[in-house]
Amino acid sequence: MNTQSDTTHGAPLEPQRAAAAVAPATRPYYWSVRRELWENRSIYLAPLAVAAVFLGGFLISAVHLPRRMRADLAMDPQHQHRAMVMPYHIAAALIMGTAIIVAIFYCFDSFQGERRDRSILFWKSLPVSDRTTVLAKATIPIVILQLFTFAVVVVTQFLMLLLSSAVLAGSGISPATLWTQVSLFSVSAMLLYHLVTVHILWHAPFYGWMLMVSAWARRVAFLWAILPPLAVCFIEKVAFNTNYFAAMLGHRLAGGPEAIPMTPDQFPMEPGMHLTPGHFLASPGLWIGLLVTALFLAAAVRMRRYREPM
Amino acid sequence: MACIEARGLRKTFGTTIALDGIDLRVEEGRILGLIGPNGAGKTTALNAILGLIPYQGELRVLGRDPWTERDLLMRDVCFIADVAVLPRWMKVSQALDYLTGVHPRFDRAKAEGFLGKTSIGHERKIRELSKGMVTQLHLALVMAIDARLLVLDEPTLGLDILYRKQFYDSLLTDYFDRSRTIIVTTHQVEEVEHVLTDLMFIDRGRIVLNCSMEDLESRYAEVTVNPAQVAAARALSPMHERQALGRSVLMFDHADRQKLATLGDVRTPGIADLFVAVMGNQTGATKGAAR
Repeated sequence: MNTQSDTTHGAPLEPQRAAAAVAPATRPYYWSVRRELWENRSIYLAPLAVAAVFLGGFLISAVHLPRRMRADLAMDPQHQHRAMVMPYHIAAALIMGTAIIVAIFYCFDSFQGERRDRSILFWKSLPVSDRTTVLAKATIPIVILQLFTFAVVVVTQFLMLLLSSAVLAGSGISPATLWTQVSLFSVSAMLLYHLVTVHILWHAPFYGWMLMVSAWARRVAFLWAILPPLAVCFIEKVAFNTNYFAAMLGHRLAGGPEAIPMTPDQFPMEPGMHLTPGHFLASPGLWIGLLVTALFLAAAVRMRRYREPM
Repeated sequence: MACIEARGLRKTFGTTIALDGIDLRVEEGRILGLIGPNGAGKTTALNAILGLIPYQGELRVLGRDPWTERDLLMRDVCFIADVAVLPRWMKVSQALDYLTGVHPRFDRAKAEGFLGKTSIGHERKIRELSKGMVTQLHLALVMAIDARLLVLDEPTLGLDILYRKQFYDSLLTDYFDRSRTIIVTTHQVEEVEHVLTDLMFIDRGRIVLNCSMEDLESRYAEVTVNPAQVAAARALSPMHERQALGRSVLMFDHADRQKLATLGDVRTPGIADLFVAVMGNQTGATKGAAR
């Protein structure tokens, strides 16, 4: 009786054990992303370097901080706020700008590099699909780099605030006004909103396009990415005397009113700015852009499959 | 089930025919040498088998279509091309981490065991390693994968004799067993000669010879003919004749060995000599056909 029940219990276990032995948990996507970070250390080194240089400059300029602060405190609230917040926005803009440059270089090299050094033969000899590889490579500029930028900016701004407070406290000025004016928490929240809406969701088609061109072009991916859109603009202008395509690109590049409610006089990350996430999520531009991104990435998957080392 | 099965496998690059409708069947547990002149279609055939290029015709590798199922196929297939394909920026430890992370059949301890026998440090970058060490590393990685098919495309290109010898020695002693299949292409035919179980000559996209090494021994014979009997030997319609140390060496296909023994020293030809003989006849046949 006992033995019988043992066998019936044992039988269904057997295939499970066999399956576990055949395929231990592998995580191709996770490791593909990690290997991109191993290869392209500029993804984190460049924003960190810019942040460090900026902090260095800020440290030197802190000598004049008490004098500037006294001048700021004498201003009316509107100007006071602008003057105090400005360095924090400059830090954010510099680090984000660096991240964008890194992202562009990363995209152009992503698929061309592995064909140039023939390492594509090694990658393709492993059980990682082209789709996983393309998604991992797309994750770097669209997600990882942006979120890392966010972290670097927040830490940089926090260090700036600490440094300023220490300097001010040392010369007998209360840093309280600075903390209220800069209000780091809401600045960070706005920054995150800006990065997710504009740099990730709204700009995604640009990254998809650059990745696709890199998978396609044998050389000068940069030119292949720039010239065809320019040609389209030019032909449209000559043939119809219109600028719809150029306007569309400009609108996409600038962020567009759907992505961020930007008034000419304000930084996009100004706290207290009226956010309209519902409006953004409902805008067709967002979804068309994401669809176009998906198409570009699908094309990149296909091209990586066909492309050989050069 | 055959490890590789191809019917009418064809691949063209523009107007160049790289593979001209070849039929191929490789059983499990064989070590096949794919030999041919440059541009004969060896690498194209391997690339098709590995799912790296699209092709026309039918091809099944381990029961799968390599072009549409490359990622699944690569769980059971390993590939070493000439030495330059390991990413140069990678550290040895990163290569181990990555393979552990993506390959269900990779045994890290085994790979570390193989590496322990070499002087390759885990923190070294691949670009810092010599050519021979890169090959050792790649071989260590590949031998730690419990694969069913191993494809080697000129694996010892540019290596010195010591590394080349070591390469095939460790492949045979530490890796090969009857359940695995190995395909190797090389120009250094002498060094794979004693390793192979099967031999295939390929020229201009066609298979011109396909036989097992046992068949080769019974089928081909090379005779260093006694000077007095050269005319008699030539009458037996040899497939090839060459001069060595002032004596005529004639090669025969399907000839009676006992009869040949009366003409001089008989032995089984080396692959290199057989290659020259078969290819020479090929060129002759083509020229004849052209006339």
